[in-house]
Amino acid sequence: MEDILLALEQDGRLTAAQLAERLGRPEEDIKKQIAKLEAEKVIRRYRAVVDWDKSDSERVFGFIEVRVSPQRGQGFDAIAARIMEFPEVHSLYLMSGTYDLMVVVQGKTMREVAYFVAERLAPLESVLSTATHFVLKRYKVDGDIMVERTENKRLPVTP
Amino acid sequence: MSTSHSRVAKRVADLPPSGIRKFFELVERMPDAISLAIGEPDFTTPWRGRESAIYSLEKGHTHYTPTRGLQELRDAVASYLERRFGLSYHPDREVLITVGAAEAIDLALRAILNPGEAVLIPQPCFVSYPPCTVLAGGVPLPVPTRVEHDFQVQVSDLEAACDDRARALLMCYPNNPTGAVMDREALEGVMRWAEQNDLIVIADEIYAELHYDGGHVSAAALPGARDRTVLIGGFSKAWAMTGWRLGFAAGPQDLIGGMAKVHAYTVMCAPTMAQEAALDVLYGCDGEVAAMRREYDQRRRVIVRRLRDMGLDCFEPKGAFYAFPSIARTGLTSEQFAERLLQEEKVAVVPGTAFGECGEGFVRCSYATSLPTLEEGMARMARFVARAAG
Ligand SMILES: Cc1ncc(COP(=O)(O)O)c(C=O)c1O
Repeated sequence: MEDILLALEQDGRLTAAQLAERLGRPEEDIKKQIAKLEAEKVIRRYRAVVDWDKSDSERVFGFIEVRVSPQRGQGFDAIAARIMEFPEVHSLYLMSGTYDLMVVVQGKTMREVAYFVAERLAPLESVLSTATHFVLKRYKVDGDIMVERTENKRLPVTP
Repeated sequence: MSTSHSRVAKRVADLPPSGIRKFFELVERMPDAISLAIGEPDFTTPWRGRESAIYSLEKGHTHYTPTRGLQELRDAVASYLERRFGLSYHPDREVLITVGAAEAIDLALRAILNPGEAVLIPQPCFVSYPPCTVLAGGVPLPVPTRVEHDFQVQVSDLEAACDDRARALLMCYPNNPTGAVMDREALEGVMRWAEQNDLIVIADEIYAELHYDGGHVSAAALPGARDRTVLIGGFSKAWAMTGWRLGFAAGPQDLIGGMAKVHAYTVMCAPTMAQEAALDVLYGCDGEVAAMRREYDQRRRVIVRRLRDMGLDCFEPKGAFYAFPSIARTGLTSEQFAERLLQEEKVAVVPGTAFGECGEGFVRCSYATSLPTLEEGMARMARFVARAAG
C-alpha cells in the first residue's frame, strides 16, 4: 500500500496501468487497492500543485496568529469548527507556544484578507487577539520548491 | 601507428582506447540526444550533505585531513559497514578513505601486484579494471560471465581463466554494466575457490545499496573471506555524490596499510569538504537513499518491460542502475547497434563491448534518468529495433 501512496503523492495522475508497471504488480490489484484507499479516505483527493505567482490570477496568503480563550468542555475544537468552514481559510492548525491557532487565509488581494480578519475572525467571541502576516514570496510549499533552479548537466556518456 | 617516437610511456601508449571515450565523442556532437549512456545518478546529492560542505567551508576547514581520512568518517564508515552488512573493521587500521572507488581500485591493484602477476577479472566489467591492472604492472585475465548464468561468475570459468600468475580476483556485484548480483551460494562457491587458490579478492561493491531483490551480501562477510578481501565502496552511487570524488576501502591491516602508503604518496588525502559532507550523509540520509532506490526500482521495472516488449531478450537486473539487453536478434554488432540507434533515433546507449569482449551482442542502457526521458528513449529504441530486426 505504502508504495502506491508514495507514488501517487508524487504524481496523482499516474494510472493504475502505470503504477502496475512501475511497482511490478497486477493492474487489477492496484485498482482494488486504490479504490480501498479512496473509500477509507486515506486518499482524500487528487489535485494540482499550482504556482499562483506564475499564473494570471492574483492569490494572496496571510498567516494569522490567533489567541483564543478555550471554551469549557470543548477546548479549542468549537472555535476551530467555527473558523475552518470559511472558504477563505486555506489551512488551520492548533499550535503550541505564544498563540493558539494558526489560520492561513487566502484571498485575491491583501485588502480582502485583511477584511476577512477584521470582519469575520477578530469579532468571534472567544478570539482575544489576531496578528496578520502576509506572504511575500512562496519558496517551498507542501514539499515543492517554487523557485526556478538551474538544471544540472551531466556528461552524456560516462562509464 | 608507430609509438617509437612517442613521448608517452609505452605501457600507457599501448593501453587500448576506451570504448566509452570513442562513443562519447559521437554523442557529444548530438546535444539533443536522449542519453541512456550515463553511469551516474541523475539525482543531486542530498541537501544535508551539500549543506554540510558549505558549513565546512564557512568554518575554514580547507586543510589536509589525515592520510587515511578524517577519524570521524572512518569511524562512521566502519559502523555503517557493520550496520548494513555485518562487517567488522577497525577504523584506524582497516579503513581508508579514497578519492572515489576509482582510486581505491587503483590502490588495491598497485598495493597487491608484483610485476607480471595476474588479476582475474570477470567481464563485462567496469572499464578501469584492465587498464589499472596493466598500469600496476599486472596482467588482466578476463573471465567471461554469461546471461545463462544471470551474469554471475562461475567457478568453472574462473578455473579455465586462472593460471599460476594469478594473485587476485577483482569483481563487482551488483554489477556495472549488467545489473547482476551474486546470490549467496554462488558467492560462497567463488570465495571458497579463491581461498583454495590463495587469491586476494578485490570486491567492488560500490552499488551495494542499489540492490532491489532483498539485501546485498558482501563478499567480505562470508565465512573466512574477510582477511583475503579488500572491500571497495563509495558515495557516488547511492548518495549521488559522483562529483565529490569520495570512496573507501576496508580490509585486513596489511593490505589497507599498503594501499594507504601509495595513497599518501600520490594524493595525500581525499578532499576535506567532501569527507565532511560524507559524514553527514552516512548518518542522516537513509530516507533519501531509500527514496532514490525506490525510484530506480520503478524505472528498472519499466525499462525491462519496454525492452522485452520491443522483442529484445533482457535479463532482469537486480542491482545498480543498468539494463543489459541482448541485441542479437537485430543481427547487428553492439557497436553498429549503438551507432545506428544514435544516428537514426538520437538515443545513446553504450555498446556492451566497451566492458569487455564478452559484452558483444549486448548494450548497456542506464536508467539513471527520469521516467519520462526513459519512456521516450524506449519508444525511439522500439522504433529502431522494429526496423533493424524487420
Ligand atoms: C563498478 C564501478 N566501480 C567504481 C566506479 C567509480 O566510482 P567513484 O565515483 O567512487 O570513483 C564506478 C563508477 O561508475 C563503477 O561503476
